[in-house]
This record gives sequence, structure tokens and C-alpha cells, in this order.
Amino acid sequence: MQRKLSVKEFKRGLLAGIPIALGYLSVSFTFGIMAVSCGLSWWQALVVSMTNVTSAGQLAGVQVMMLPGQYIPMLISQCTINVRYSFMSISLTQKVDPSFHGAKRAIAGFTVTDEIFGVASREEKLNFAFFEGLSALPYFGWALGTLGGALLGQVLPEQIMLALNMGLYAMFIAIVVPEMKKSKAVVMVVGIAVAISCIFKFVPGFKEVPAGIAISVSAIVASLVMAICKPVEEAENE
Amino acid sequence: MNNSTFFLYLLVMAGTTYLIRTIPFLLVKGKIKSRFWKSFLYYIPYAVLAAMTLPGVMFATGSWITALAGVLIAIIISFKKDNLLLVAVVACAVVYVTGLIPGVMGK
Repeated sequence: MQRKLSVKEFKRGLLAGIPIALGYLSVSFTFGIMAVSCGLSWWQALVVSMTNVTSAGQLAGVQVMMLPGQYIPMLISQCTINVRYSFMSISLTQKVDPSFHGAKRAIAGFTVTDEIFGVASREEKLNFAFFEGLSALPYFGWALGTLGGALLGQVLPEQIMLALNMGLYAMFIAIVVPEMKKSKAVVMVVGIAVAISCIFKFVPGFKEVPAGIAISVSAIVASLVMAICKPVEEAENE
Repeated sequence: MNNSTFFLYLLVMAGTTYLIRTIPFLLVKGKIKSRFWKSFLYYIPYAVLAAMTLPGVMFATGSWITALAGVLIAIIISFKKDNLLLVAVVACAVVYVTGLIPGVMGK
């Protein structure tokens, strides 16, 4: 009985993961192109994608790899860019099924991404079988797209490669905008985060700060300000 | 890139990424009661994605004009439809097409 339920939940997860997988296919294609243009071989690009499963972190990571001996900067940049996953994981702990613990969490943690988190958050009681089903296709999509970009990237014209750089950002926009539609507070948190991020990009004295740290500071300050000024209603966070 | 350097970098990169995701997942067991921290956790994913997208995207496509066109179309479509793939494909196409207009690239 329990087993049947798990198979059903896994399948339900697979279906929910299809749009994410297709989105990842195009986004990781961009990553594959970038990684090879940074000097990685095709299989190195593939291995990076299969062990990291993160867009912004990988993008920054392969750029750090180009310089010799940058192990500490690598650690710092990965921590700051990916710290949002910690918050997502904490947020998921508030929604999981009681049997979703220990080793299951150690496995599931590997595929906590922005989009998988986004879909998983919509579950009332998140169970392990659903989460793994949800993760499966995006994971393979991410790997396959990287392989495609790494192998085909060199033969594509520059204009097409530049256009594909938009894919990642478009996906970010597609996650944020629907929530902005629902909540004025999210519009405000986005506004504050972008304003601080612009200061880090353009204002002398601030623009020397590495991008990974700038992004984390912008996001944390914006979220703290809004959590003080406009704490969410109980229902909104359930 | 030679393999020993690559794998050392990979270990640092993938190890950090895995631990940062999993440690909080394993350590936080109960319900968070504080309304403040619940609010913070609700806001943080959107704040991160917003800070990553703007202004970064404006420098990613070889011209701020094509980037702006891509951003605007992505906002319009995601306002109407909740479909990641559609938004990504159309935005890339718009960046490509606007880049074909003479004089746009390199600005």
C-alpha cells in the first residue's frame, strides 16, 4: 500500500518536472557554451553540471576556474551565490511530510534549485517520492543541455550564443513576476534588491565588491527590510 | 584545463554547493515560529533572483538594447502565463531578432 502510493507520488513528481526540465535544457545549453569558451573540455562541462546542478553558481564557478590557485575565492563565491539554497532548504523543512527525514533529506538536498524549490513549495505536505520525481527530469535536462551546448557551442554563430545568454535571466523573471502579481510586498522586495544591486554595479567604492557577495548582500538586506516593514500573514507562507 | 586542477576546483565547488543546500535541510527539524524569520524566508528567493537579474542581464547579450527588449517581453509573457519554457524561448528569440537591426549590437 505504502509502496504503491510512493510510485504514484513519484510519477506525479515526474509530470510536474517536465516544464522545468525543458526550461533547463535551453538554459544549460547556454552554460555548456560558456564553459567551453572559458576553456573547459566538453566532458568537464558535463561533470560540473552533474555535480553542481546550479545555474548562477556554475556560471561564476567556471570563471573562477580560469585563474590558477583560486580555491578560497571559489569557496567564498559559491557560498555567497548559493546561500539562497540554505534559505530554500530551511523553508522546505517547514513543509515536509514527517517521514521525510535523515538520509532522504541528504539525498533531496542535492537537487534543491530555484525552480524545483518553487514547485515543491506549492505542496501542502511535501513527500520524498514526489520530490525525487520532480527532480529527476530537470536533472537529466540540465546534464543533456550542457552536453549539447558544450559540443555544438563552437559551431553556433556568436549572435545566437549572445541571444541564448538571455535564457537564464528570462527564467528568473518567469519565477518572480507571477509572485509580484499576487503580492505588493514582493514587488517592493524586488525593487529594493534591484536598487542595491545597481549600487554595487555602478557606484565607485561599491563596484569593486565581487558579484557573488553583492548579490547576497542585496538580497539579504532587501528581505530583512521587508520582513521588518511588512511581515507576511500566516496564510501567505503556509 | 588539466585534470588535477579541474577536479580540485570541482571538489571545492560541488562540495560547497552540496553542503550549503543540505546542512540546513538536515539541521532544522521543528517548525519555525517567529513571524519575522518566516517572512524573511518567504522574501529571500525573490530578492536573490531579482538582484541577479538586474542589472546583470543588461550586460549579458552584447547590447543593452537587445537585453532590454528581452527583459520587457519576458515580463509581459510571465505576467500572462506561468510557463518557464515559453518565457525563456521567446525572450531569447526577441534578443536575437533585435540584434539583427543595424547599429544595435555593441551598444
